[in-house]
Amino acid sequence: MSPILLAIIIVTLIGFVCAAVLAVASHFMSVPVNETEAKVRECLPGANCGACGFTGCDGYAKALAEVPGTKTNLCVPGADAVAKKIAEVMGVEAEDVIEQVAFVRCSGDCFNRSERHIYKGIDSCAAAQMLYGGSGMCTQGCIGLGDCQKVCTQNAICIENGIAHVDTRKCLGCGLCAKACPNHLIELFPDVRRVVVVCSNHEKGAVVRGKCKAGCLGCGLCVRNCEQGAISLVNNLAVIDYDKCVGCGKCEEKCPVHAIKFADFSGGHRF
Amino acid sequence: METYKLLLKIIMTSVLVNNYVLSKFLGICPFLGVSKKLDQASGMGIAVIFVMLIATAATWPIQTYLLDPNGMGYLQTIVFILVIAALVQFVEIVLKKFLPSLHKSLGVYLPLITTNCAVLGVTINNITDGYNFLESMVSSLGCGLGFLLAMVIFAGVRERMEEADPPKAFRGIPITLAAASIVSMAFYGFGGIVTSLFGE
Repeated sequence: MSPILLAIIIVTLIGFVCAAVLAVASHFMSVPVNETEAKVRECLPGANCGACGFTGCDGYAKALAEVPGTKTNLCVPGADAVAKKIAEVMGVEAEDVIEQVAFVRCSGDCFNRSERHIYKGIDSCAAAQMLYGGSGMCTQGCIGLGDCQKVCTQNAICIENGIAHVDTRKCLGCGLCAKACPNHLIELFPDVRRVVVVCSNHEKGAVVRGKCKAGCLGCGLCVRNCEQGAISLVNNLAVIDYDKCVGCGKCEEKCPVHAIKFADFSGGHRF
Repeated sequence: METYKLLLKIIMTSVLVNNYVLSKFLGICPFLGVSKKLDQASGMGIAVIFVMLIATAATWPIQTYLLDPNGMGYLQTIVFILVIAALVQFVEIVLKKFLPSLHKSLGVYLPLITTNCAVLGVTINNITDGYNFLESMVSSLGCGLGFLLAMVIFAGVRERMEEADPPKAFRGIPITLAAASIVSMAFYGFGGIVTSLFGE
């Protein structure tokens, strides 16, 4: 018999034996999956984003089936529709999901920020951040190499003029981008909000001014002009108390550097 | 007596002198990947010992009784990969059924080891070193123990490193690699120990 044929036969034979053993083993020794778990798993979207706090959709389904008292409204990408289905399977009352969207809390694009050095390394924010906190003067701003864009499953993030933008109408609020951002700039908030502070720099006004034209100076104009008293300055950065905010948008008009944004942030669930 | 001495020599050699991670640079991926915490590192190490033993038990007979008599020694690599992958999957199924607690504690490490080069390296080196079945098994045990030792030592080093404050550009992976190289150099100190203890 020719050696080539023999070699093929041997490898094929071993492959078949392995396959047969595995097939038999998985048939006879399969562990029955909990029925509720399988049903719940079918309802979940399968994005495996981890927004629920479990390791992927399988983990959440397992927790729902086995741990009593696990909330049915934890799936953020699935939102109300999935929560309703899960509640049906579990036989409990459906709870409302708070839809969230991601937002990049920085507006230091290439027109606004000053550069300190030129970064010529691998195309990743995490890598650039390790080299003296990124190429920009402001080490608390968006690096713009798109780590968030790479992890987004919905293509909701684009890099424009060196800064990441979230298209909230595509965003499902899974929070993968928030975990990927080395500067922790991306925040998840309920998409009913209308006003956001778009700067994360806590340094003093004069220092910020030297680094970025769009950075919050901590001047307090917004604080004085807010009729509801909803804005305060914490560490030289405006912070909005959303319990008091009515979404009038006055702070946006008054902000000299446009570090407050007033817009409709409705998330992807509503479209 | 001679046999015990030989087996002890094989174990000492594979644990200290020819440590798979620190001297032969095989299995670096789990060495860097799961050495952050001591319990994870020891879990991975124990899983590797286990897989190395069963992999050797399966591949040595295949090489000796199937490949070598047919002059098919060159099929070693592909056949071993196939057999080890299938074997680990099989073991996982069995563990899941009969020892769920062990399956849970080995967790994600078991499938990770499927394609680990240290396991393939052990099985192939056992053949090239001309060991018989018993010697092969002992050598695999030694290599596994060596892997566990390296993992545990390095986990200790890394836990200390978490508290250290290196310059910003060195943080994370760079300082980890530097530390790994120093641990590896330290292991070269064992170079002459086996020949001194047991003679040539």
